[in-house]
Amino acid sequence: MKKEHVFEVVRSLVAILLAMLLGFIVTYLVSKQPGEAFQSFLTGPFTSPRRFGNLIEAAIPLTFTGLAVSMAFQAAQFNIGAEGQFFFGATAATIVGITVPAPGWLHPILALAVGGVAGAFVGWIPGVLKARWGASELVSSLMLNYVFFRVGMYLINYHYRDTTAGAMVSLPLKETSWLTQFLPPTRIHYGIFVAILAVIFTYLFLYRSRWGYALRMTGLNLPFANYSGINTTSVITYSQVISGVVAGIGGAVEMLGIYHRFQWLALPGYGFDGIIVAILARNNPLGIPLAALFLAYLRTGADIMARTTDVSAEMITVIQAVMILLVTAQAFLAGWKHRIVVKEAKQSV
Amino acid sequence: MSEMLQAIFSTSFAYSVLRVTTPLLFAALGGLVSDLAGVINIGLEGMMLAGAFAGVVVSAFTHSAFLGLVAAVASGVLMALILGYFSLKLKTDIILAGIALNLFASGGTVFLLYLVAHDKGVSTSLASKVLPQVTIPILDKIPVLGPIFSGHNVLVYVAMIAAVVVWYYLYRTPAGLRLRAVGENPNAADSVGISVHRVQFTALIISGILSGFGGAHLSMGYVSWFARDMTAGRGFIGLAAEALGGRTPVGTVLASVFFGIADALSNYLQSLSIPSEFIQAVPYALTVIALAVYARQQTRKRARLAKLSQNPEKKAA
Amino acid sequence: MDVLLEMKGIEKIYPNGVVANQGVDFSVAPGEIHALVGENGAGKTTLMKILFGLEQPEGGTITYKGKPLHIASPHVAIANGIGMVHQHFMLVPSLSIAENVVLGLEPKRGLSFDWKAAVSQTEELAARYNLPVNPTARVQDVPVGTRQKVEILKALMRGAELLVLDEPTAVLTPQETTELFAALKKLKSQGHTIIFISHKLREVKEISDRVTVMRAGRLIGVTDTATATERDISRMMVGRDVVLHVDKPPTTPGDAVLRVEGVRYVADTGKEVVKGVSFEVRAGEVLGIAGVEGNGQRELVEILTGLRKPSAGRVIAAGKNVTGKDCRAVRQAGVGHIPEDRMTHGVAGLGTIEENLIADRYDSKALNPRFLLSLKSVSELGKKLVKEFDIRTQSPKTPVKMLSGGNIQKVVVAREFSANPKLIVANQPTRGVDVGATEFIHKKLLENCAEGAGVLLISADLNEVMSLSHRLAVMYGGEIVAVFPNADEVTEEELGLYMLGVKRMKLAAGSEAS
Repeated sequence: MKKEHVFEVVRSLVAILLAMLLGFIVTYLVSKQPGEAFQSFLTGPFTSPRRFGNLIEAAIPLTFTGLAVSMAFQAAQFNIGAEGQFFFGATAATIVGITVPAPGWLHPILALAVGGVAGAFVGWIPGVLKARWGASELVSSLMLNYVFFRVGMYLINYHYRDTTAGAMVSLPLKETSWLTQFLPPTRIHYGIFVAILAVIFTYLFLYRSRWGYALRMTGLNLPFANYSGINTTSVITYSQVISGVVAGIGGAVEMLGIYHRFQWLALPGYGFDGIIVAILARNNPLGIPLAALFLAYLRTGADIMARTTDVSAEMITVIQAVMILLVTAQAFLAGWKHRIVVKEAKQSV
Repeated sequence: MSEMLQAIFSTSFAYSVLRVTTPLLFAALGGLVSDLAGVINIGLEGMMLAGAFAGVVVSAFTHSAFLGLVAAVASGVLMALILGYFSLKLKTDIILAGIALNLFASGGTVFLLYLVAHDKGVSTSLASKVLPQVTIPILDKIPVLGPIFSGHNVLVYVAMIAAVVVWYYLYRTPAGLRLRAVGENPNAADSVGISVHRVQFTALIISGILSGFGGAHLSMGYVSWFARDMTAGRGFIGLAAEALGGRTPVGTVLASVFFGIADALSNYLQSLSIPSEFIQAVPYALTVIALAVYARQQTRKRARLAKLSQNPEKKAA
Repeated sequence: MDVLLEMKGIEKIYPNGVVANQGVDFSVAPGEIHALVGENGAGKTTLMKILFGLEQPEGGTITYKGKPLHIASPHVAIANGIGMVHQHFMLVPSLSIAENVVLGLEPKRGLSFDWKAAVSQTEELAARYNLPVNPTARVQDVPVGTRQKVEILKALMRGAELLVLDEPTAVLTPQETTELFAALKKLKSQGHTIIFISHKLREVKEISDRVTVMRAGRLIGVTDTATATERDISRMMVGRDVVLHVDKPPTTPGDAVLRVEGVRYVADTGKEVVKGVSFEVRAGEVLGIAGVEGNGQRELVEILTGLRKPSAGRVIAAGKNVTGKDCRAVRQAGVGHIPEDRMTHGVAGLGTIEENLIADRYDSKALNPRFLLSLKSVSELGKKLVKEFDIRTQSPKTPVKMLSGGNIQKVVVAREFSANPKLIVANQPTRGVDVGATEFIHKKLLENCAEGAGVLLISADLNEVMSLSHRLAVMYGGEIVAVFPNADEVTEEELGLYMLGVKRMKLAAGSEAS
């Protein structure tokens, strides 16, 4: 068992290194200044407090969507809808931020809560469709991303648009709703504490509560959970709902902490990033922040590289794709693993 | 309202239905073949995107629409090989591999677009070619039918032919029998010496070819340029159409046309004064509803089949 | 003696570390029926999978027809005339019998599949080997015995000279078994060689020329069937005499803990699979239900335990009406359930032993003293049950899938029995479980019964159901067709007649088996 664990870790590391190596090779082939590109990619995030701040800021939404996706994964459910939940949570928080008059301490709490409820609603639909009729949550949550993207855009464009601004943006959020950026010159904001709370909550929920236990057993073996008296219909629903809450709050945090007015014109992609965060962390809530930081590091590095050299930042999307492929490849390096197992078994015979 | 009805019952509307259905049909047929072989292809979206991109770039550099089409299909196949290699050989979860493939295509096309066109949005700076339009003799003279069915780009007709070929392949050839056997019980196929991986690889490659056509239609027929993420969920809608069609060729075609109508409708209504966001959400919302209804019937049917196979004696008793 | 096949020094270690074969030598003569026997988990199936190219060994050589043969895949095995009929049929249910038979060797006309040729080829083959089937029927619509014939036809279609049958009789009725044996003898007379995996010694004696015995992944010995007694072979299999009799304490049954009244179940296909079953189980007794599998027992058990809703009738468990209630309600009424398939219903394989042990009480006050689960209480419970139920493991935190079949079943039994049920529904409780664990489970079952629980035992293993039960009933075709108030007075032969539907008792409706 011990050796198998070590093997898993080593395999993930090899997979990550291979994916990055591929990125470097591509950079080398296309760039006129590959050396500078590598350097700004790898060390860029540590060259100034502001850039380091960018890394931390980027890790916050990734933590939320990573937690959301891993919660669903633990119940053996897909949540590809974290994208739409995050987006709709941000939309809802924006509306609260613009319209509700509230004192400074209450306003963000209110906006986060409404963001969470919005995310919960988006998560509830695929959850209940799956639980009741077995409709694939994969396809429904995917489609709902586009549905709620459009609904969100409609709300902002038709009701809360700032007509005086040149671009398609919403009215500014009232300052009372902002999550204070407390570490200038970075934009690191109080949302980081919300993220930490979310990690602790998810961990306690999954591993220390009866509902989390029921969720995990349902994920491991659904007929068994049913037989044991676990209400799996409700487990499937609440796993998606809580997943939606976490993603929705994530969207709200991003809006209140960083943007202060709604300005997305497309789905921002955090939901899909959440999938790779969850995979890298092996769905363990305590590993999620580390995986999120790692991904944020790659992101920030790629952005800096794109700004300072001739390599575009989309390269990082390709690297991420290769990481998903390799990290989840059961048979990747399996021959090596089999030899370890055989050797151990022979010794114990 | 009457304006709307007038628009819907026009030949140009029916014409546009065929046009927007084509990429959905390609994707849906690709999804059908791989699904029946037991490999759910979430990567259709990425395969189409790669095809759309390769078509534009290669046709721009070779000044040949045909070579562009070949490149589109080839890149669809290449994506299928990547998906197959990881999911079948390296045992990556097929759904995660599909998601990764989509990310790969989404990021990779923009990355390459920037290299060749120095733009991260659209390829309009490239002089890419479009596929020829086909005027069908005799038919084009017939009122109503002519304006609807004639004058499309060649891939619209290829899609119609592909539907028939896919049906024939699946239900009338030994290879199709093997493919369905592999999808339903891979162990059974394996036990008679059929290579499950080879059949599934083949299915994915067919999926890739069809997606490549679908992508070429988007960037070399529907419009004449490549735009980032221009497939806009069509691969997923194709997948939904295949599921809605009950995993049969005929059902898949009907469902694709249904989604095509929804899509065309949203384009039409958009030109009226209804908020475009809602109209754009309609196909996706319809898909969710259709999926739920379908899943409800399907689970009942599946439960019945499962019971049958568990208790075969019942039938005899 | 001639040798057709020789396997030497075969080693197989599975990726999870289980050593399935250790230096196994195995040889078969041409034209013989060779029985390969051993308990579950002895490594018989693994050895045959290696022969058929489904598994690759870590060591050893295979010589076939005098030449070394590397069997990289079933394709190689088939090409060399080796055919295998698997324990779990390898058929495609929605395809016709003819399509299944020709799969991989499809006749063609132009580009198309030649359906007519497929049907006629199947008919010819069936006639030649006396294995009658209807080629146009769908596999999903035919009984198990026919499916097995299809499997054999498939192998013969591919020119199999050496035919491996993995526990072919496990799913057959005695009649079907007789038919199968006749067919096998005919195959032998036509020059085919047959390897027959079994752990039913009577069948081995009846059909085979020689026997190879395996135990715990090793070869124990080879003997001529004619010169060995069943007792000899069984001693080689388990290393000691099998305990065939269980000491069953006498019982004075109390009140009914289960009353089943006219339960019916109509499947979605419209077929009635449970046809008005009524009986009672009293506290302190074991009621055994014997019967060939697939006669409605599974549906009945699932109805009693909340996994399925009946179409009609009532179920009263421990005085509570639980008709149509879910598993939770049935459990709360005081019903424990040892399910038929432990890996599907009994455990979560990737979960730890501890996690599996608390599945029915994870939300109890005892484990949730405050808001959260008490890890300490969970761990204490785990340790206690592992000890009490003799679950062989390094730690209660080991994932269940790392355990042997017998120990996994003990995890199920530990959870179900420790809840102090008033009624235990045990469906095939020792299937695929080693002898030691079987004895242990039997002992625990009778202990619980002696302490006042009622036990409903459903088993296809006549030996088990006869030795444990106080009263016996027989289920056939969805009905209770016989009731024996004293299980000790019934002979195996007599039960067999009821199980096969040859005989049935006249039972008053509504008072059957009560």
